[in-house]
Parts: sequence; C-alpha cells; structure tokens
Amino acid sequence: MLRKIRIILASVFFIGVTLLFLDFTGTLHTWLGWMAKIQFLPAVMAMNFVIVAVLILLTLLFGRVYCSVICPLGIMQDIISWIHGKTKKKNRFRFSWSPARNWLRYTVLILFIAGLILGAHSIAVLIAPYSAYGRIAGNLFAPLYQWGNNALAWIAERAGSYAFYSVDVWIKSISTFIIAAVTFVIIGILSWKHGRTWCNTICPVGTVLGFFSRFSLFAPVIDTEKCRNCGLCGKQCKASCINMKEHQIDYSRCVACMDCIDTCKDGAISYARRKRNISVQESENKESHDQGRRAFLTSAVIATTAVTAKSQEMKVDGGLTAIENAEKPERQTPLVPAGSLSLKNFSDHCTSCQLCVSVCPNQVLRPSTSLLTLMQPEMSFERGYCRPECTRCSDICPAGAIRPITREEKSSIQIGHAVVNLDNCVVNTDGVSCGNCARHCPAGAIRMVRKNPDDPKSLMIPTVNEERCIGCGACENLCPARPFTAIHVEGHEVHKTI
Amino acid sequence: MKKDINRRDFFKTAGSAVLAVGGLGAIAGCKGGSSSATSVTDGTAEDGDMTYRTNTVSGDKVSILGYGCMRWPMIKNEEGKDIIDQESVDRLIDYAIEHGVNYFDTAPVYLQGQSEAATGLSLKRYPRESYFIATKLSNFSNASKENSIQMYRNSLKNLQTDYIDYYLLHSLSGGEAFSRRFGDTGIMDFLQEERKAGRIRNLGFSFHGDRKGFDEMMALHEKYHWDFVQIQLNYVDWRHATGRNADAEYLQGELDKRGIQSIIMEPLLGGRLSKVPQHIADRLKERNPQGSVASWAFRFAGTHQGVLCVLSGMTYMEHLQDNIKTYSPLVPLTEDELGFLDETAELMQKYPTIPCNDCKYCMPCPYGIDIPAILLHYNKCVNAGEIAKSIEDENYRKARRAYLVSYDRAIPKLRQAARCIGCNQCSGHCPQSIDIPKQLHRIDRYIEDLKQDRL
Repeated sequence: MLRKIRIILASVFFIGVTLLFLDFTGTLHTWLGWMAKIQFLPAVMAMNFVIVAVLILLTLLFGRVYCSVICPLGIMQDIISWIHGKTKKKNRFRFSWSPARNWLRYTVLILFIAGLILGAHSIAVLIAPYSAYGRIAGNLFAPLYQWGNNALAWIAERAGSYAFYSVDVWIKSISTFIIAAVTFVIIGILSWKHGRTWCNTICPVGTVLGFFSRFSLFAPVIDTEKCRNCGLCGKQCKASCINMKEHQIDYSRCVACMDCIDTCKDGAISYARRKRNISVQESENKESHDQGRRAFLTSAVIATTAVTAKSQEMKVDGGLTAIENAEKPERQTPLVPAGSLSLKNFSDHCTSCQLCVSVCPNQVLRPSTSLLTLMQPEMSFERGYCRPECTRCSDICPAGAIRPITREEKSSIQIGHAVVNLDNCVVNTDGVSCGNCARHCPAGAIRMVRKNPDDPKSLMIPTVNEERCIGCGACENLCPARPFTAIHVEGHEVHKTI
Repeated sequence: MKKDINRRDFFKTAGSAVLAVGGLGAIAGCKGGSSSATSVTDGTAEDGDMTYRTNTVSGDKVSILGYGCMRWPMIKNEEGKDIIDQESVDRLIDYAIEHGVNYFDTAPVYLQGQSEAATGLSLKRYPRESYFIATKLSNFSNASKENSIQMYRNSLKNLQTDYIDYYLLHSLSGGEAFSRRFGDTGIMDFLQEERKAGRIRNLGFSFHGDRKGFDEMMALHEKYHWDFVQIQLNYVDWRHATGRNADAEYLQGELDKRGIQSIIMEPLLGGRLSKVPQHIADRLKERNPQGSVASWAFRFAGTHQGVLCVLSGMTYMEHLQDNIKTYSPLVPLTEDELGFLDETAELMQKYPTIPCNDCKYCMPCPYGIDIPAILLHYNKCVNAGEIAKSIEDENYRKARRAYLVSYDRAIPKLRQAARCIGCNQCSGHCPQSIDIPKQLHRIDRYIEDLKQDRL
C-alpha cells in the first residue's frame, strides 16, 4: 500500500517535472511550475527557507521520501533499476548490503559547498540532482518530444489544423549536451547495476537529507520476532542499506521506497515509529565506487574543450536569395534575462538546470560555453530576440536566479544596450535605405539620422540612445548585415530600471 | 480540322449575333455539364472543340486559350536549385496541343530565365507552323539597342526558331517608359525591319498602367501600327482596377476603337479569381453548379469579341483540363451573367486583399524575403475571414493562432516580413504597382500586434 502510494506520487512528480522541460508552449508552467520550486537545491539557492525547512521537516518525519518522490533524478534511477529488475527474476534480487561510504559522501558534499561558495558553480552543479536531470531532460528528452511534435505538426499541416506547430530542434550548446549525455550514461549504468549508489555516495542533496533522515520519526523497521532471515529484503534493496545479519537498516541511505515492506512475505518489516537505539553505520569498506565521479570530472574536461555547434542550415529555395546565418558576436559582458538583477546575482543562484533554456520560446537562451559560467544560460539573438510579451524564464526559474517580473516591468529593465558598427551597416555597404532596427525597437531607442547632415535626401543611419535601450536584441536579430550584424547588444553587469 | 474551320467560320459570321451564340452556348453548356462528372475521373476535359479567333491582321487562327509559360512546374535538381520540370512541360504541352491550344506566350525573364528554352524544347517536337510563339523584349535592366538586339536573338535561339509570331515590348506603362526603353534607343527601327522581313510576324506590347499611359501608347499606333496589344482584363479589373492600373473596360474600348485585337493576361488574377472567399464561391456555384469558379473568369475574358486570345499560366494538368473544357467551345456570357459578375466584383471589393498575382517579378529580393508568399498568405487569411480587427473579436484567439501558425508554415523565419529592410528595390518591378515594403511592414505590424495582443 505505502509502496503504491509512493509510486503514484513519484509518477506524478516525475511526469510533471519532465513536462516542464518538454512543454515549449509554456501552458503547463502555470500549473506545474511549483514542482521545480520545491526542489531542494534550487530552494536553497533561491534562499526560500520555508521550502527548505519544510523539506527538512519532511525528512525528519518520514525519512528520505524526497529522494523517492520529489527528486526527478532519483525517480529516473528507480525506473532504470526497475526495468533491469523486470528482465529476469534474479535481477530483481541483485543487491546486497554494503556499508556506507561516508568519507566519500561528506568529502563530496564539502567540495560541493566549497564550489558553490568559491564561485566554481559550473563544476559543483555537475552533481546537483535536479539540474543534472534538467540537463538530461532538456538535452536528451526534449528533442525527442519536439520531433514527435513536429511529426504531428506535419500531419496537422496536411489536415489543415492549427493544433500543432513545428519547432526548431537544435543543440543549444555542444558542451552542455555532452555533459547531459555523459551524466545520463553514467547514472544510467550505475542505477542499472547498483540501484541508488549515486544518491548514497555522490549526491550532495542525498547526503544532506541522509544526515537528517538518520533521526526520522517514521521508518521501515524490522521485527526480529517475525523475521525468518530469508534475506530477500536485503537482496532487493536498491539502496543496499539493509544489513540482514544484524537486522539493521542504515536510515541515512534508506530512501523510504517501501519496497522491502512489500517484499517481506512474513510481514516482518513495517513502516512505523522508530525506537531510538540505532547506531549510525560507519564505513570501513574502501572499495572504490568513485568511478562515476572520476568519469564526471573527465566529462567536464571534455566538455570545456568542446566548441559550440554551428547553427543548422535554413531551408533555401532556388528562386530566393540564399541567406547567410548571422554569426554570434563576441560580447564583452554576457547577457542574462531581465529579472536576473545582475550577473553576480544570476551566477550565485543559478543551478544550471536548463529549465529557462527549455522554456524560452524565442531560442534566445542557451547554455554558456565559457569556463566560469559553463552551462549557465546566457542570451544571444541569432535565432530570435527577447520578445516584449514574454516573461517565461522569470516565471519559471526555481532558484531565484531570474526573479519574477511582469510584462510591464520588463519593458523598462535595461539588461544591456545596443552598439552600432556602421562599417557593417547595409546603408553603407549596399547603399540602400534600411532602418529595420529602428522600425522594430520596442523601446524607441534607435533613431535614424542623416548619413550626410548637409543633404536633406541623405540615406539614414541608425544611432542608439543608450539610456532608452533595454537590450532586447530585436535590432540585432533583424539586422540584415552578414556575417556579423551591424548592431549588437552588450550586456550590463548590473541591470537597472529606466 | 475541317470541322474546326467550319466552326470558326460560323463564329466569324455570327460573331456579333450574341443571341445566336448564346443559344448555342446554352446547348453546349448543358451537354458539357452532363459530362463533367466523368471528366474529373477519366481525365478528359471537354466534349466540344476549342474556340478559335482570327487575327484580323495576319489571319492567324488562334485558339482562345493561350498557354502562359510563366508558371511551368518546377523541381529541384541535385544541387537544390529550382529547374523547370521538362517532363511535365512536355506532358502539358502534348495535352494542350492535342486539344487545340496553339498559342504559347513566354518571355526571356520568366522562371529565372528558363522558360523560353524549356518551352522551345517542348514545342520543337511539333511542326513549326502548327503553333504560334509569343515572346517579349524584357530589356528592363539594360535598354541599349545592342543589348535589346542581343536579347531578341537569344529568344530565337532559346526557342529554336527563326521567326517569332507575336513579339511584345514587355510591360510598358506609357510614353515615358516607351521612349526610354524603345523610342529613343533606335531599337524600334530594328524591330520594324524584322517585322518587314517576316521574322516578327506581329509586333505589339504588353501594358500595365493608367489611362494617360495607355493614351500615349495608343497615340503611337499611327507610327508603329501595333498588330496587337496585351492587356490585363478580368471581371474585377473591368471596372475596379487596383493601384495605378486603368480599368480594362477603358483599355479594351480604346483598342476596339482602333480595331486592334487584344491578348488577355491575368484573366484569373494569378488565381485570385479562383481562390475567392467562400461565400463568393457559393454564389458562383449556385449560379452554375457544374462549372468551376475559374470558368467564370475565363468565360468573361473570352466573351469580348475584340479578344484574340486569353492567356493562362497553367501549372497543373487539372487547370489545363478545366480551361480547355471552358473554351471547348467558349460559351459567351449573357448580359445577365455580365451583370452578375459585376456585382460579384463589387462584393469582392469588401475583402481588402493585396492585388498580388504571384508573377514573381519582384523576386529575388536581395535580402531574401519571400515577397509573394507573404502577400499570398495574407490574402488567403483575408479571404478566409481570419484577419482579426481587435482583441475583442469573438474569434480573436482562433484567428491569431491560425495566422501565426500558418505564417510560420508558409514562410521560413528568415524570409518573413519582419526582415524587410524597405530598400524598395522590388516595387518598381511590380506590374500591379503594389508598394511592397509598405505592405510588408503593414503585415509585420499586424503580426507584432497579434504576438503582443495589442490589437
């Protein structure tokens, strides 16, 4: 019964959180956005102490149900492990007790916290469970979902329906994609073979919650009177935390999945109030299990040396002039969305979960490839610009990196300013009139002035009123100059309201 | 063939006897109607013979349906470039000739310059005297005499012939354009010499412009003796021409006065008179349930006796079949039907479509905009009643989604109206005198309004 409840709740959360990363229409976020906001690390980063307190209290009461029900990475591992268990009967009982590797857990946790404090975010968040899952869902699952959608859109187009529309599927950053893929493979193999090893050795959230769950009020308890020492519970425990010989359970690693309760044919295990006499298991066994971690660091090295993917080719018809794609300009200061307050606030809070990248309908946000902010989102305007009516990233960010703003607020938040390079401007290179940047500037910050002030019929060239520019990138996106546009946006370190 | 001549002779003598022709038409119409159900399935188009008109200058017996070679089907070659689908062209021309079409109208600039050669290649398979070729002097970018002569000779070469039946000064708007491109360059002497030598059998011009421009061109008749003139005529342009174009009623009237026969272009306005709003289509269908919507436009164009030939740029076999059916034989419109079409034209005024006929003269846009696709998409939505006026509209959400989704489907992002920089290199080419940047910017503003819900 308890196991079934756990499975149902876990399914709801897993599907919900996954849909956040898949749904590009933004409709579900209104309803399911809270599922991202109750994730542990984002709540800590957002300094949302109510949620953190509730989650800790939950753990103190019921054990690590968070890991079994709320954490999408944990549930993903359960699913993989469960599939392996289904292949053969003996695979279901492939686990066995192993002592906790506490030295490893706490070392990783300390390194993780140190990383966050010292600003090595990009390394630290590699092992953060929610953002790791976000990267997997956003980079690996979302394209499949989008291709599925595009197939439906293809059919809808032929059926004259507007129910589905096609979306661009593209790799937003090769390095982040590789990291997501490597994470998926490593965690996939670990959970396929060893169940919850990841959660009980590497995961910093698992370690923190494990610390509290040792004292949990309710937990699975073995009734030694009823137990006939068949050992099944220990063999099916994916957390490897049931010591059959001693009839003891390591509650710091138990994720309260309730599998053992259902497995025990003698009803010897029940979920009940604990008696306070259980000693915490100490680790002696130094058998190396840190291959995952090592592989991770390797992947980070691979990733940092990888280069950004070139954007995909456009469909070109013969009767039409071929259009070159715009090159990404080198920005002195990166651009982050309105609501971020400042670059510092943004990088201090961002867990690189990629949720904002997944929901950005204008293909503006993509993971950074620079070493310091690796995987943290940044803006660029080759495929679209930050549209005035959209506040989706600020609505959804669970970590407080992008604070919620309204449409009206957005129209006056200056995240950067446009810079004109007249050498590239088509007015100068092609001798035509243009003004597309000025025509599309939502802030009225671009004014066309006479190229030759003495000639009343002179062609007009763009100038930027830096005070009014909000840095939305409409001008950069719609500038016809190639390969580099004649106008581009430079970020501001601190955003301000104009 | 003997039978055709009899029929043609009959038309010639009974040409003015509208009642008699109308009566015959009614009989033929009934007959055509009863067989049309099968015509769709067995692929045959007609059950009568093609109507012919006689050129009063040269005596040519010209089929009333002329093949416009501006819209041949295109396919992609290995390099992804658009090329004419020669196999389909052969099939279309075979079918057309088999069913009596004998007038083929092309130009050096059509279909990225590929039309003449493809048309020539296909026609080459038939005896040269069995069809008439029309092509044009499209000396828009370089009007020097040498360049113009070069263009003329190229046409002969591309069409694999040593004479041209109908040669047109391409797209004139009046005396000024004529002087600049022809009158002042000395090319007219050359063309008249060629006409004398028989290498140009008929010399004329095609016209897009206002009354004043047409008067100027008519004044030149004394000097150059236009053998024919190509004008835009259809039941909308008859009295409700758009842009700076003169009403066709006026143009045809001026030609009739001088006894100059006309070749009709845009009888269907590039499909705008077949893709009409639903209730207009219902209205036409109610009146003639068996006839296609397009058949009204073709009957209208053919009804005027001063018309020698009606051009249609037929890309698809079903269009060719439908037009052949309409003209085999032509059933001229009655006074009553003419009045009905005039009312229809007035009803169509209520739909603020952009008068783009998809001729693609504006293309390629140097900045990659797909101009005709954007305008046609807009027109389609206008005709479907899917243009929202305000956010308060009852069907606003539906219209918004329909417009935005179908827009992205019809035109790739980088070719959409938002990318039009307004350099205005296109407008000069537009025969319908559409202010293209203005229209594109208007559409772009409408899309912005939809996206931002600020309509």
